[in-house]
Amino acid sequence: MAKVIRNRSIVDDTRQTVRLAEGETPEGVALPTGPLLVPLAVWQARADELAARGDVGVWLAAGEGAEAIAAELPRLAAVGVHFPAFTDGRGYSTAALLRTRYGYTGELRAIGDVLRDQFQAYVRCGFDTLQPPEGRYSDEQLQAALASLGDISTPYQGAVDEPRPLWLRAQRGVAA
Amino acid sequence: MYRYDAYDQRAVDERVAQFRDQTRRYLAGELTEDEYRPLRLQNGLYIQRHAPMLRIAVPYGLFSSAQLRMLAHVARTYDKGYGHFTTRQNIQFNWPALEDVPEILAQLATVQMHAIQTSGNCIRNITSDAFAGVAGDERIDPRPWCEILRQWSSFHPEFAHLPRKFKFAVNGAEEDRAVIQAHDIGLDVIRNEAGEIGFRVLVGGGLGRTPIIGEQIAGFVPWQHIVTYCESILRVYNLHGRRDNKYKARIKILVKALGIEEFRRQVEAEWAHVKNGPSTLTEAEVARVAAHFVDPAYETLPAHDAAYAEALADNKPFAAWARRNVRAHKVPGYASVVLSLKKTGVPPGDISAEQMELVAELADAHSYGEVRATHQQNLVLADVRQSELFKLWQTLRDAGLATPNIGLLTDIIACPGGDYCALANAKSIPIAQAIQERFDDLDYLYEIGDIDLNISGCMNACGHHHVGHIGVLGVDKNGEEWYQVTVGGAQGNQASLGKVIGPSFAAHEMADVVSSLIETYVENRHEDERFIDTVRRLGIEPFKTNVYGKRQQERKVAHG
Ligand code: HEM
Ligand code: SF4
Repeated sequence: MAKVIRNRSIVDDTRQTVRLAEGETPEGVALPTGPLLVPLAVWQARADELAARGDVGVWLAAGEGAEAIAAELPRLAAVGVHFPAFTDGRGYSTAALLRTRYGYTGELRAIGDVLRDQFQAYVRCGFDTLQPPEGRYSDEQLQAALASLGDISTPYQGAVDEPRPLWLRAQRGVAA
Repeated sequence: MYRYDAYDQRAVDERVAQFRDQTRRYLAGELTEDEYRPLRLQNGLYIQRHAPMLRIAVPYGLFSSAQLRMLAHVARTYDKGYGHFTTRQNIQFNWPALEDVPEILAQLATVQMHAIQTSGNCIRNITSDAFAGVAGDERIDPRPWCEILRQWSSFHPEFAHLPRKFKFAVNGAEEDRAVIQAHDIGLDVIRNEAGEIGFRVLVGGGLGRTPIIGEQIAGFVPWQHIVTYCESILRVYNLHGRRDNKYKARIKILVKALGIEEFRRQVEAEWAHVKNGPSTLTEAEVARVAAHFVDPAYETLPAHDAAYAEALADNKPFAAWARRNVRAHKVPGYASVVLSLKKTGVPPGDISAEQMELVAELADAHSYGEVRATHQQNLVLADVRQSELFKLWQTLRDAGLATPNIGLLTDIIACPGGDYCALANAKSIPIAQAIQERFDDLDYLYEIGDIDLNISGCMNACGHHHVGHIGVLGVDKNGEEWYQVTVGGAQGNQASLGKVIGPSFAAHEMADVVSSLIETYVENRHEDERFIDTVRRLGIEPFKTNVYGKRQQERKVAHG
């Protein structure tokens, strides 16, 4: 079973990500049972049917903005944000907007090229679930990666996980 | 200057530990080359022509004698005994071993230094006026604002993987010495009519292969809101900047594509949501940071030191140096001294470990233990008593740091070019040297007067060639090194981009070309007119005609 990091621990995961293969259409694609993340186009084509299932969420491709699903958020079981490459940082802003602008409180999952050296940034931007590529990390490596969530223990600036910048959180001294 | 508290120190120490582990995993094969590259870049580590290159941050160009001693130690222990100051006020080492870099960073952290975000597609070192806090024309000290923005941008999780690099510059003086018009965001700290502090914000400037002068996006952002305003700009850029083509990925391309009006509209729409949020600056935070930049305990001194005046009258070389390398200070009896790193025969910006140690000693003796790096690749001792200038000059002269050429033709800005840089089309350093050797007559240099000559080894423009009065750009023609020449570029309040004068030249022609340009100026100038003013008045035609006309004649003679 696949492993993901959720709320800072490693858990088994059954949610499948659906991708449209060549020739498949949003309307026609066969969807497996069980928890899913479907492409935005699939949701848009079949929102009522999928919402009725109760276990379906949407994943946003890197060019798709948070506003595209803002109205649907109450009906989504989860939201995925895809990182085509870990160096493509659009998903950080997308996640931040989902949490702060659109008030989304459900599962927010980073998918795609999700690597441990970015874990802390993902969490700071509001992701609660991190799904590295299948087979990328051994169990031990994933365990070690958990520690990296606290690499920078007291960040300067506010972000989604802690909106207050350091100057509101701490009484800062004059010199070390 | 800013001194770390326990929070700053912890963040830097933690970053060292993080990078140590990342490097360990890379060397153990757990991280691929592609995965490691952005991580090492955000820790200042490039892989260059000969070896890794490590770029260490000197935030807004300000550092202490203790930090300079540490840099000397790094140069000696891990490099070949020298370092290179860059146009972004940082220092680079060209020869460290990759395996040593975590340890170098650990040692730097002991003196409150780091290499965080000195490279990579993130918010880079924030640059400013090298004369901040001491210049007579300063409206508002930019340094506290630089530091506030440094902290905000350090490890910013949302902006760690932008489409491309992002550079801030901050100016607080009447005359812009930070080139704010050529930065992704340029900030002018100003007061409004009510006397409140705020920022004029420029966006979308930059050099590189598509040079663009920044446009004003906001006339006055009150200081409380500068963090949220910048955050809004960055968010719009992060989401909408191009990622399909790295040559079109800078914010300037987005601003041009949308137009400044539409870009402004998007930023303001974003800002409406975050303005007045938790990142709104407080008076207490600004006061805390500003307390690090209060004036030192200056003595009350006569405005004109008698012994200094006497030495000027008696000693011609000293007077020549004072004329070019000594600047007026806002406090009577004090002066700011520019240490030239532009001695002929030494690559522009280079400094040896011994010189670093000497400068540290002189900073302790004469300038409250502080040093500044200028974007023209020189150093500054900002707070020297006039009465000590003569002694200081003697010491600097013996150490090769008193070349009296600041602002003159031989005070050349040059990138490392083909001697070090893997991206180069052509070498920069030998061209700088050829020009310095050609213009070795001080009297003639003084007669030519103020002029900026800037050289880049390729269109990335690390040497700021677009904004040089004379700009030299290395180009590749069928594998050979050639040089394209522009005139009419300028930095400062009247920033402009130079115009290409025509087909490019071979390396051995370059000193002659510069001579022709200078002769054209000397023949045509009005009294008290600087090179750039003559170019502005006459356009590039006479310069072009003279350079190419002369060269054609010479070629005819040579072939005839
Ligand atoms: C030797 C290693 C270096 C490499 C690989 C390098 C790489 C680059 C690249 C690729 C660009 C263009 C970026 C773009 O337009 O998007 C650039 C621009 C620039 N670099 Fe460098 N550079 C190096 C050294 C330096 C040095 C030594 C300096 C300072 C002397 C410097 C300062 C700058 C500046 C000021 C710009 C142009 C301003 C702007 O980006 O708008 N770089 N560099
Ligand atoms: S301008 Fe080109 S040659 Fe010079 S340092 Fe920059 S990238 Fe290298």
